[in-house]
Amino acid sequence: MKTIKFLFGALLFVTLSAFTWNNFNAGYKVGDVATDFSLKNVDNKKVSLNDYKDAKGFIVVFTCNHCPYAIAYEDRIIALDKKYKALGYPVIAINPNNPAVQPKDSFDLMKERAKEKGFTFPYLFDEGQKIYPQYGATKTPHVYLLQKTKEGNIVKYIGAIDDNSNDETAVKTKYVENAVNSLLEGKEIEVKTTKAIGCSIKA
Amino acid sequence: MKRIVLILGLFATTVFGQASTNTILPIKSYSFNGIEVHSYDFKSFEGFLNKKDETTYVINFWATWCLPCVKELPYFEKLNQNYKDKKVKVLLVSLDMPKKIESNLIPFMLKKKLQAEVIHLDDPDANAWIEKVATNWSGSIPATVMYNATSRKFYERSFTYVELENELKTIIK
Repeated sequence: MKTIKFLFGALLFVTLSAFTWNNFNAGYKVGDVATDFSLKNVDNKKVSLNDYKDAKGFIVVFTCNHCPYAIAYEDRIIALDKKYKALGYPVIAINPNNPAVQPKDSFDLMKERAKEKGFTFPYLFDEGQKIYPQYGATKTPHVYLLQKTKEGNIVKYIGAIDDNSNDETAVKTKYVENAVNSLLEGKEIEVKTTKAIGCSIKA
Repeated sequence: MKRIVLILGLFATTVFGQASTNTILPIKSYSFNGIEVHSYDFKSFEGFLNKKDETTYVINFWATWCLPCVKELPYFEKLNQNYKDKKVKVLLVSLDMPKKIESNLIPFMLKKKLQAEVIHLDDPDANAWIEKVATNWSGSIPATVMYNATSRKFYERSFTYVELENELKTIIK
């Protein structure tokens, strides 16, 4: 009986440690190779980064339907895609939330929102919430700028779209645009990570 | 010599003058249905994060639209009630958009009959201040700071009442 208790205790310890480790150390840093994925788009077709043969990279945005910060940035995300798709950096939007926890982020409502807003980019559903933890996204919106290389898609920038979520007209620094422009010009990105307030991802 | 005395005098006034004024001035105040909410930019808000007195402060960053925040608010209210005689103060820092203060925040406070002090933080350049709250904060809410003169902790997570109370117990003597 004692052995069983001990084994159970040991197992519990290992499980808890693994859980803690995952929570605090997971996620990409600038310079890491980002995983590809195959996720369902709002048109029911699967989308992978590998499908984009001509892309130079990707603006991956973890975003969702319900979060006021995500909503505040919808038009700016569309503008990013319109501007940079032609230059080789399309937007790939991913909803990381579990609809069982946040019903407003269901796949059906994603379809509705994409149609309402006229999204020009894929809006993918991270079914089972498997991709966002690998990237280390913690909130919406949360941007990962990737550059395609022979070694894979390298993370070049992580963070916010710009420095004012409330008011687009008061934006002073467009972090994502500056980063993509630097990549296009073959220059070093000046600001590689930023932080912003966002809605925690509901897993 | 006179000049030196004058300079010293000015210096003393500046230093001690600042130390004695312990009031933190809001950038704007909103009032609706008899409830007043003060709004601070980060520079003024920072004073709430660095008080040096006998009290333990529990500062919760939240918003009315944030489901997990709203879910844990009653636990912060309960903590505030249960520990009010033990030099513990709960401060609820709303990150609602400024234009939603009168339409959402104040009606929410009335509906939930919030007893803990609610203030509003209005500083859109979050990248400049998130790390000043806690270097390991990614920026998602709910998030909570607990501190007193000897100890400071930060949590980017949700709490149950028991979890919240257990964390408080680790820093109050």
